[in-house]
Parts: sequence; C-alpha cells; structure tokens
Amino acid sequence: MTGAAVTHTGKAARPGFRLRPGRWALKAAALVAFIYILTPLIFITWLSFYSQEIPSYPPQGYTLRWYGQAIGNQRFIDAFVISAQVGILATLIGLVIALPASLGLARLRFFGRGAVNNLLLMPLIVPGIVLGFAIYVMLVEVAIRFEWNMLNSFGGLVFGHVLLVVPWMVRLIMASLAGFDRTLEEAAMNLGANRLTTFRRVTMPGILPGIVAGSMFGFVASFGNLELSLFLVGPGRTTLPIAILQYLQWKIDPTIAAISVLQIIIIAVAMLITDRFVKLSRVV
Amino acid sequence: MARLELDRLSKRYGDFHAARDVSLDVAEGEFLVLLGPSGCGKTTTLRMIAGFVEPTAGTVKIGGRDVTTLPPWKRNTGLVFQNYALFPHLTVGQNVAFGLEMRKVAKAEADAKVLDALKLVQLDHLIDRLPRQLSGGQQQRVALARALAFRPDVLLLDEPLSNLDAKLRHDVRVEIRSLQQRLGITTVMVTHDQEEALTMADRLVVMRDGAVRQIGSQKDLYERPADHFVADFVGRSSFLSGTMAGDAEMKTAGGLTVRCAKSLSGPAVMALRPERVYVGREPISGQDNTFPGEVEFVSYLGSLIDIHVRLSPQDRVIAQVPNHDSAALPAVGDTVHVGWAATPAVFPADSDMRA
Repeated sequence: MTGAAVTHTGKAARPGFRLRPGRWALKAAALVAFIYILTPLIFITWLSFYSQEIPSYPPQGYTLRWYGQAIGNQRFIDAFVISAQVGILATLIGLVIALPASLGLARLRFFGRGAVNNLLLMPLIVPGIVLGFAIYVMLVEVAIRFEWNMLNSFGGLVFGHVLLVVPWMVRLIMASLAGFDRTLEEAAMNLGANRLTTFRRVTMPGILPGIVAGSMFGFVASFGNLELSLFLVGPGRTTLPIAILQYLQWKIDPTIAAISVLQIIIIAVAMLITDRFVKLSRVV
Repeated sequence: MARLELDRLSKRYGDFHAARDVSLDVAEGEFLVLLGPSGCGKTTTLRMIAGFVEPTAGTVKIGGRDVTTLPPWKRNTGLVFQNYALFPHLTVGQNVAFGLEMRKVAKAEADAKVLDALKLVQLDHLIDRLPRQLSGGQQQRVALARALAFRPDVLLLDEPLSNLDAKLRHDVRVEIRSLQQRLGITTVMVTHDQEEALTMADRLVVMRDGAVRQIGSQKDLYERPADHFVADFVGRSSFLSGTMAGDAEMKTAGGLTVRCAKSLSGPAVMALRPERVYVGREPISGQDNTFPGEVEFVSYLGSLIDIHVRLSPQDRVIAQVPNHDSAALPAVGDTVHVGWAATPAVFPADSDMRA
C-alpha cells in the first residue's frame, strides 16, 4: 500500500548517478532468465500464425486458420475434457490427502516423520516415465491377484495423477503453515472456539494461500503431464498432451502451435485469477 | 468476575520443573502481577490458568469451579497475548465479536457489546479496519477489547506492554490499570519489568526457578524482601556478604562488624537500599553503622547522585543522595563516611546468587 510512496522517496533521496554494481548484476541476471524462459513461448506464438503448412522461415503470411483447426478438432476437444476432468478430480483427492498430511508433518513430531516427508515429495524427483511404468506394473499385479481391473481405466489415470498433485500441495501448504502464527489458534481457543472451530475460522483462512497455490500448481502439473499418462490412458480416452503427441506423429503443421498457445493462455489466466485472490509471490 | 485459586500447581518437563507448587489466591477484582526473570515459571503459570499447559499436579479454580482438566475454550478467561494475536483476516469489530460469537450471543446484542468494548479502549471509530492498518498501540487496545468483550471471569495479560515503545508504555499502563479498576475484573499479569509491576499491581508475586519466592504488596517486597533474590530483583540494592558473628551482628568479608536487625547464623548477605545509606564528611551520627571509605565512582543521574564507596577491599556500598548542591559532592578518591540503620534485610547466602 505504502510501498510505492516509500520507493519513490527512497529513490529521490539518492544521488543521481551512483554506481551500484550489485543491483545491476541482479537485474541483468533476471533479464537473461526472463529471455531464456520467454523466447520459446514467443516463437511458438509467432509460429501459430504462420500461413504455410510446413513451418519454415520466413513466414509467407499470417492466418488464424490453425486456431480454427485446433478448436474444431474433436480429438483435441475430447482430450481437453478428459485432461480437465482428471486434473480437477486428482486435485480434489490430492487435497484430501495433502491437507492432513501437511498438518501432521508440520506440527507433530513422530518416528519416521522425515521418511514420510520424503515419501510425499518423491513423485517430484522420480522421472514420470518410471513412475508411470511402476504404476502400470502395480495395476497389472492388482488385476491378476484381486481381479480388479483398473488398467487403462479412468480411475487408474486419476490415481496416477494424484501422485503428481500431492507433492506440490504438501510443499506449498507446509510453507504457509510454517509462516502461520500459532498464537492465533490459542487466541481463538481462549475466546471459546474448540479445535474444529479454531481450524475452520482461523487456521484455514491463514493457510488458504498455500492451499490455493498448491491446488493450482498441482492442477497444472496434472494437466501438462505426458509421461505418466502414457501408461495409464485407455482406448478412446487420451489426455491433451497425448493427443498432441499423437497428432505430431503424422503431421507437423501450426495447429500444434495454436493448441499450445491456447493451453498457455488457459494456464496463465488461471494463474492471474488465483493471484488476485492470494498473492502467489507470498507462498511460492 | 471471580476469585482465582491455584493450589500447589506444578508443571514438569522431564527433570525440568517449569513450575513447582505454585499456590495463589487472587481475590475478586484484584490485580495480581507475576514478576520474575525469563524462565522463572510465570508464563507457564499463566498458561496453566488459561488451559494451554496441562499441569503435572495441583488444581486451578475459577470462581470456586475446578477447571484444571477443562480445555481453554471452556474456561472463560480473557487472554491478551504479548504479540496481540489479532486475527489478520478479520476486521477490528469481527475480532472483538469473536468471543461473543463463540458464546452464541444474538447478533444485535453482540454488536452492542462490541461497540461498548471498543469504546472502553476509545477505538470505536476503527471498527471496520483490519489489524494491519493499526499501530502497535492500537492493536494492543483491540486485543484488550477482544479479551474483555465477552466479560471473562479472569483477565490474563502476558507481557502486554513489552512490544510498545517507552512513551506509550507509560500511558497504556495507567489506562489498563484504571480500566481494570473500573470493571472490577480479577486480573493476572505476567511481566519481567519491575517498574511496570510496581505501578500496576495490587499485589505482586516474585517467582524464580518455577517457585514463588515472595507474595506481597509493593511495600512488603521493597521494605521486607524475603530473600537475597527478591532484594536484588525488586528495586536496587548493594550487598555486603559475610558471616553472622553474634546476635544481630555480621562480620563482612572485609572484616567490618555490621549491626543488623535480624539474627541468623552462618554465611549471610545484607541488602542495603542506596537511598537509605547516608554520606558525609564526618562519621554519621544517629545511625547504627558508620564507616569511613573511599569514593570509587560517582554517577550523576540528574536529580540524584549515586556514590559508590569502598569500605574495605571486599566491601562496597552505594549511596544515593539528592543533588542539592553539586559543588559539595565528593570526588573520586575522597575519603567519606557512610552510615545506615540496622536493617532486617539479612539473608542466608544464596549459592545461586552472586554476592
């Protein structure tokens, strides 16, 4: 609120041309990182408007045709719906697991706490292809031993994606729990709130930024996942990244660029909306 | 409003005694202060009253009701935290209403009570602000209003002034005290600041190492400290250590024979309040003790002057004299005479304490 005013007077008070090498080095590094991250995105956006079918430089003209193709492609639409469903379901189930797990890890001291903590973060470290194969093998075993076939089912896919979502949530919820002042809970109890009411009225609002950010990142991780999904999708039921891959196998036209740009826009909008409610920079 | 009784309340963590056999009886409407250095058990005791720490032994009674095993939310105490602990996502009004809401007070009645409580601390105009939009002093008063709004049986204050700057602290002290007297609410405050304790309390409890060392009025503690620790902690004293030589006489480490108003035996420590020690160019007449000594250090405090006098290589006393005439003050190296009346502030030497 007062930040702008403070910076302004701070700058005005400084002498005009004093050299601050540290600051400039930091700014330069930030710029390089920005360029590094943004360049591919700029190129794919540019490419999505090329008029020729085989992407080559220089462009022969510009068109919106590929966006029409992307939106009009039933396979992409079906895959998008599946991806969204899987992402949302996995995020909701992930929340049911991650919230109590984070609370337990952040607040209780028990034997094996470190192990559980590492276990919950493991899916972030294990390559997706390994994880996908491992789940596949497990589902085969389950199908053989218990005659419960989850292979290539929607349930199996969601199950796998929960593993992608949980580490993000645990990480971000624990971060906001670490910054949460527990005397607020004592204050609530002193005022007459029992444990449940205290959690609902005081703890939850306090760690909401972490929960929202964790859900957001978890959803994005699920939505963009390719390697794990490859093992778990069923016939006629692919996720968007797989649909893109399949399309690429027999065609490279800017439709792929267009669908990628749409994906980027959807995720960016979701991030911006989230940021309006909880400042992501405070938790990430 | 209720009487608060603690009976042999103890808390042990393994071998560590955070509180041992703390027994207190706080009368209805009384302002009791728990005073002591950090780690003395005062905060543990307060938290046992509020219900956040489960005692290892002993009982807590509020208004005659045994609440020892009740959770915090069933005790009806109002606690003001050191860091205020205002809910950051709720407005000032919602913060103050929280306790009433938990007690299912009807909306209209609750609104009136919130306003009353905020008027008590003169912040009713800030009812719609968020805590972070308030100054430290304002937050402190909101915390007080929140703790009072639901009319708790006992008001508990945990170092409520320690986060305020010095100027504000003086005002808030008076404000809290007069509010407490107006409402007649039984209050227990924890502090390590003796000036704060002395100005606010009806009665004080000095604690150390989890145990109560002395309970009494300001005058009791100052004039008749119960032991070496209390004499050192409350007010200022200079100490002479030695051995009891006979009936009401102590032989100091430096070989002086000093008369006192209490009989003990064995190693002992005598506490002398600086303003009760007289200084002059001649032996002090009319005092039970008078010794010559050399001025070692003079500390100019403005209206008062501290004169440190060495009576022997091992014995030093501090005299505090009013600054009537700065030209007449002794200088370092001068030989002066000091004298004082026989004091009852003589205690068995405490092995934990420096002499």
